[in-house]
Amino acid sequence: MLLDMAADGFGDRIVIGHKDEGLSARRLRELAVGGAHLARASEADAILYLAVNGPALPVALFAAARAAVPLVPVNYRLGEEQLDALLANHPRALGIADAEHAGALRRAGLPVRTPAEWLAQAAENAGLAADDEPAQPDAPAALIYTSGTTSAPKGVVLRHRNLVSYVLGTVEFAAADPEEAALVSVPPYHIAAVSNVLTNLYAGRRALTLEQFTPDGWLGLVRRERITNAMVVPTMLARIMDTDGLDRSVPTLRTLAYGGARMPVRVIEAALGAWPHVDFVNAYGLTETSSTITVLGPEEHRRALASDDPVVRARLGSAGLPVPGIELEVRDPFGEVVAPGETGQIWVRGEQVSGEYAGGGPVVDERGFFHTRDQGHVDADGYLHIEGRADDTIIRGAENIAPAEIEDVLLGHPDVLDAVVVGVPDEEWGQRIEAVVVLREGVTVDADALRAQVRGTLRGSRTPERIECWPELPRTPTGKLVRRDVVEALTAEGREAVGRQG
Amino acid sequence: MRPRVGQMLASTVDTTAVIVVRCPDEDLEITCGGAAMAEGNGPGPAAGGTPDPGLMGGALLGKRYADEDLGVELLCTKPGPGTLAVNGVPLPVKTAKPLPASD
Repeated sequence: MLLDMAADGFGDRIVIGHKDEGLSARRLRELAVGGAHLARASEADAILYLAVNGPALPVALFAAARAAVPLVPVNYRLGEEQLDALLANHPRALGIADAEHAGALRRAGLPVRTPAEWLAQAAENAGLAADDEPAQPDAPAALIYTSGTTSAPKGVVLRHRNLVSYVLGTVEFAAADPEEAALVSVPPYHIAAVSNVLTNLYAGRRALTLEQFTPDGWLGLVRRERITNAMVVPTMLARIMDTDGLDRSVPTLRTLAYGGARMPVRVIEAALGAWPHVDFVNAYGLTETSSTITVLGPEEHRRALASDDPVVRARLGSAGLPVPGIELEVRDPFGEVVAPGETGQIWVRGEQVSGEYAGGGPVVDERGFFHTRDQGHVDADGYLHIEGRADDTIIRGAENIAPAEIEDVLLGHPDVLDAVVVGVPDEEWGQRIEAVVVLREGVTVDADALRAQVRGTLRGSRTPERIECWPELPRTPTGKLVRRDVVEALTAEGREAVGRQG
Repeated sequence: MRPRVGQMLASTVDTTAVIVVRCPDEDLEITCGGAAMAEGNGPGPAAGGTPDPGLMGGALLGKRYADEDLGVELLCTKPGPGTLAVNGVPLPVKTAKPLPASD
């Protein structure tokens, strides 16, 4: 339906790829028709995508919709064992994979096409009549596996009505100027890559993809392709701002959206200073909610940066206000909605919220609210402040401690580029607080001075017992911290230290 | 009929189709060109009726038609010459207040 609207409304407009050789909305529909024919001819029950981002992804997404099967974008960085386990869930899929990842599909017994072969074969069948039924609202449009940073990856079912509600609720049809171009830097297995295909197309905005992020590669592409809108994860923006010797000029850029993990205030302040002409948008959402559910807009960024009022100032670190169609509640452990300012767990409801995992029904309460498992509070004006995953909470003695609070203090030090605080198993306290920081290159900072900074800001029981310096923190390519790897490394070190003493 | 958010409705007198973006939990009479719309994404088997010539204001692709008092919002997914109306009152085009692009 969304693609039909685009093809009917602005069929000649280039919507995918380079201005001169990209795909028009009409051509995209033809390729989707051809791709759907391939999927039906092979009796596939899903289109599985194990490749970097590129024009093959939108063709696969819309072909899947026309063939009434879900698109399953799979993380090509998974280990062999995890990948095999995941592919075993889709024995009848049509596979699209880069040459280097094709082996995994062959092991699973699936036919494989490279993205180029997929596009070529879709083109061969593109002339077929589009006599297929429109996608049913309740049919699954995509099955996206969660990153699995806190538990095993789960397949999230997003139905057409979820994604369509998201697009209609947040985007105006054909609202983009013809010269607008968006750069998508997240990999295809990230919900933002899928939602970006839909929102950019519906807005009539040409979309380009960056296969492999590097700060100068991103900056060069933004200048060369005259990018007006871009979306990054916080680690990407941090690298753009922190790498020395880069030409950071981005004259055509109008909007930079970010999300997917917490943005250090230091980084967003630096970016606002470096690019005063750019509108910054912080988007908070989950795979389970079809992407964005709250937004902190450009004017709110500027107001916060310029404000002396600590409440307004703090909004620079907030996730903003709910988008239309989303209701949000912060609840205590007993399910009661807490007052503004009080920390609780975040629940959301709305048509775009799926909250559904493959093999099970929607995980929502009797009122239709989904538990994000994120912790946070809203301020007096409704701005949402995220304080991390509920699962990351450290329990030291009987005290519940949100690592984010301590990480913020550490990140407030001018020489600390990255920081993580975790609970390490402890015989006396159950868990003890330890931290790892990444320092600016060539700088040494005394761990005791950092501990004193935390003690001075928070209190003794929230001060890490140990602070280590590492060259970098374990993060996924989409910027999410892998805390369990930090806990594992620190626990192993602790054991060695005890061994040495004994 | 009692519309649902996300429901697709097709005109029975012209090419118009809409999707329900917002609606109250009550029965509404949703018409295009004066004739009741039916569930579906395109001209259904019942199409071919005659529109009311006085209700040919048209619906434009991608535009939102809304009545704030009723809390109804329809989004046009296929354009057509008929006027969209709820309970006999033609729906005006809603002026867009777009959100910043968030992804």
